[in-house]
Amino acid sequence: MSELFDWEFVVEILPRLLGGLLVTVEATLAGFIIAVILGLFLALGRRSENPWISQPLGAIVEFIRSTPLLVQLFFFFFVLPRYGIRMPAFVVGTLALGLHYGTYTSEVYRAGIDAVDRGQWEAAVALNFSPWRVWTGIILPQAIPPMFPALGNYLIGMFKESAQLLAITVTELMLTARVIGTETFRFLEPITLAGVLYFLVSYPAALIVQRLEARYARSR
Amino acid sequence: MQPQSTWVKSRNYVFWIIGVLMVGVAMGVSLLANPPETAPFDLLPAILRGLGVTMQLTAGGAALALVVALVAGIGRSVPNVIVRTITGVYVEVFRGSSVLVQMFWIFFVLPLEPFNIELSALQAGILALGLNVGAYGAEVVRGAIQAIDKGQIEASVALNMSPALMMRRVIIPQATVRMLPPFGNLLIELLKATSLASLITLSDITFQASSLRQTVGRIPEVFGLLLVIYFLLAYPLTLGVRWIERQRKWAS
Amino acid sequence: MHAAGNDQKSTDPIVRFEKVTKIFGDLTVLRELDFEVGAREKITIVGPSGSGKTTILRVLMTLEKPDGGVIYVDGEPLWHREVNGKLVEASEKHLRKVRGNIGMVFQHFNLFPHMTALRNVTEAPIHVMKMPTGDAEERAVQLLKQVGLGDKLEHYPSQLSGGQKQRVAIARALAMRPKVMLFDEVTSALDPELVGEVLGVIRELAEEGEMAMILVTHEMGFAREVSDRVVFFDKGQVVEQGQPADIFDNPQSERTRAFFSAVLRH
Repeated sequence: MSELFDWEFVVEILPRLLGGLLVTVEATLAGFIIAVILGLFLALGRRSENPWISQPLGAIVEFIRSTPLLVQLFFFFFVLPRYGIRMPAFVVGTLALGLHYGTYTSEVYRAGIDAVDRGQWEAAVALNFSPWRVWTGIILPQAIPPMFPALGNYLIGMFKESAQLLAITVTELMLTARVIGTETFRFLEPITLAGVLYFLVSYPAALIVQRLEARYARSR
Repeated sequence: MQPQSTWVKSRNYVFWIIGVLMVGVAMGVSLLANPPETAPFDLLPAILRGLGVTMQLTAGGAALALVVALVAGIGRSVPNVIVRTITGVYVEVFRGSSVLVQMFWIFFVLPLEPFNIELSALQAGILALGLNVGAYGAEVVRGAIQAIDKGQIEASVALNMSPALMMRRVIIPQATVRMLPPFGNLLIELLKATSLASLITLSDITFQASSLRQTVGRIPEVFGLLLVIYFLLAYPLTLGVRWIERQRKWAS
Repeated sequence: MHAAGNDQKSTDPIVRFEKVTKIFGDLTVLRELDFEVGAREKITIVGPSGSGKTTILRVLMTLEKPDGGVIYVDGEPLWHREVNGKLVEASEKHLRKVRGNIGMVFQHFNLFPHMTALRNVTEAPIHVMKMPTGDAEERAVQLLKQVGLGDKLEHYPSQLSGGQKQRVAIARALAMRPKVMLFDEVTSALDPELVGEVLGVIRELAEEGEMAMILVTHEMGFAREVSDRVVFFDKGQVVEQGQPADIFDNPQSERTRAFFSAVLRH
């Protein structure tokens, strides 16, 4: 009888799938670093007292958040070469991923900064700190640690959504699985296995983030 | 230096519009690479042919997600351990990977042995979207139920209400208000996720745009228009969610 | 009483408000206020809530921007600059220069929770006054000992009582060597048994006599003891001011009398 699940086949394709998983992890981490850095700048820019900075940035952030990552991937992948910017699909995908999630992390930063007690700002002014020092010495050290759970959740989200990079030919886990399927006409094992791999990474990570959340909720 | 309020003063909307225009200009600049002979609006009907499918995916997915979320969310909150576990497994499995993976699985794997379930692309898309978003919705429902003040439950018990009655008349009405903003956000995410159905050959607006790219070229206009269409669909929903959140703050 | 050394005060006031106005929405909190503080004077401002007394402090500490008038600190305009004999709105740079003369202690302490007591006191001297770390720490230890917290140097604010936190806040403000110290209801948020230790520290500072001090407080007995001048403030105006004995024992204005009888009723 045709096997429900060909375990020999599974062993055969596993290395290839793990290779795809590696690409997924690389894209996720690189994108996350971009998102974390970009998010801070976007958040600071949107809090600027200069409306020429804060309003256009606000509009751009809202626009990116209201449109699908997939379409943004297509946009950058097909439009950039027309300006002579030729980058490997992996780089384009990572940049787009980072940009997209940078808008989400900027919201986390904004909430975290707003959560710092107003009195801290006043004490900093009273002690005549320079604006730079107010941010780096007083406000950010208090704002950032409680943001870790939210940022952690976005990291996990990026890991899962990185599957969309297959649409611009990045050989991450999902594309690898589908290619195996089209090559061997066996879809059951590769796609199921891919799903399992995603789960095996994201579920424990989600539990860790939950623990972090509990820890910060307690110390409030 | 002042800590800035996050609410925008109304006269700053002028600059907001300038920002939107800047995005438009950025897109217009991309037209410079390939100056169009005609305005890009002739592409619009072609793309919009997929709008019906996008709407079906959104509406169908949302309906399924709502039902699933309520069932699973309540299931996560009942005393019965077995029910809690089963719904818990469902929620964690569907939150453990992305919609795309689930869509592919339903579309490519279900028709095969041993399941032999043949679904159209549209059905597969709605099913995947509904189950995935429903899992997130279940957590929203569960959170809203658990946020109900314990005193409400104690009063209901003192009035000798059955659990079902209590759920129906006391808990759900109060929880519903709390669930609206997160549900609104999930709806927006669902709308954006419908674009993934283009990857299982569903003729939604993204699929139409991709096809246009292959036949007509004019990539910046095609995908630029597509982005604008999604924005025009999603942003009013975003504003709606924020409006609901504001109402709720005053009501409580 | 207090060795105020009235005769040693320089004739130029260290703080001068000239027709200062501050409006919040449709509420005029300060109404063309004229106000002066001498270089070593200890002033207490009393009055009902909402009278604007805290606003005087906040406008002086540059936490609020006045809508009209000029504030002079040690002869120099605070919110303005003199350019060719005319007064022009000041830049942030100028604000920071003049602001260095003023220090403030807040009702809710506003200590930096992620720093120890010692670091709270050394942070500004090191980063704002560019003091070498060793010197800053030496001075901080001395100040913390002076306020009675020499054994709490490495404690975090969360480990301190309200009274201890406020004393660290005082040490922190003193470390910047201000010419004027502002105290905004600094004991109002404390449990009653902790008020005394903070008032004791303030009393010592007043007796040392070096700085000008402006206190907003409800502690009438303390105000009487420590002040050179008491100001009764209501509805954005100075109603009455003078020596403590005169104001407390023999208030001239009806409003002043009404306020004190309401306060002293309990």
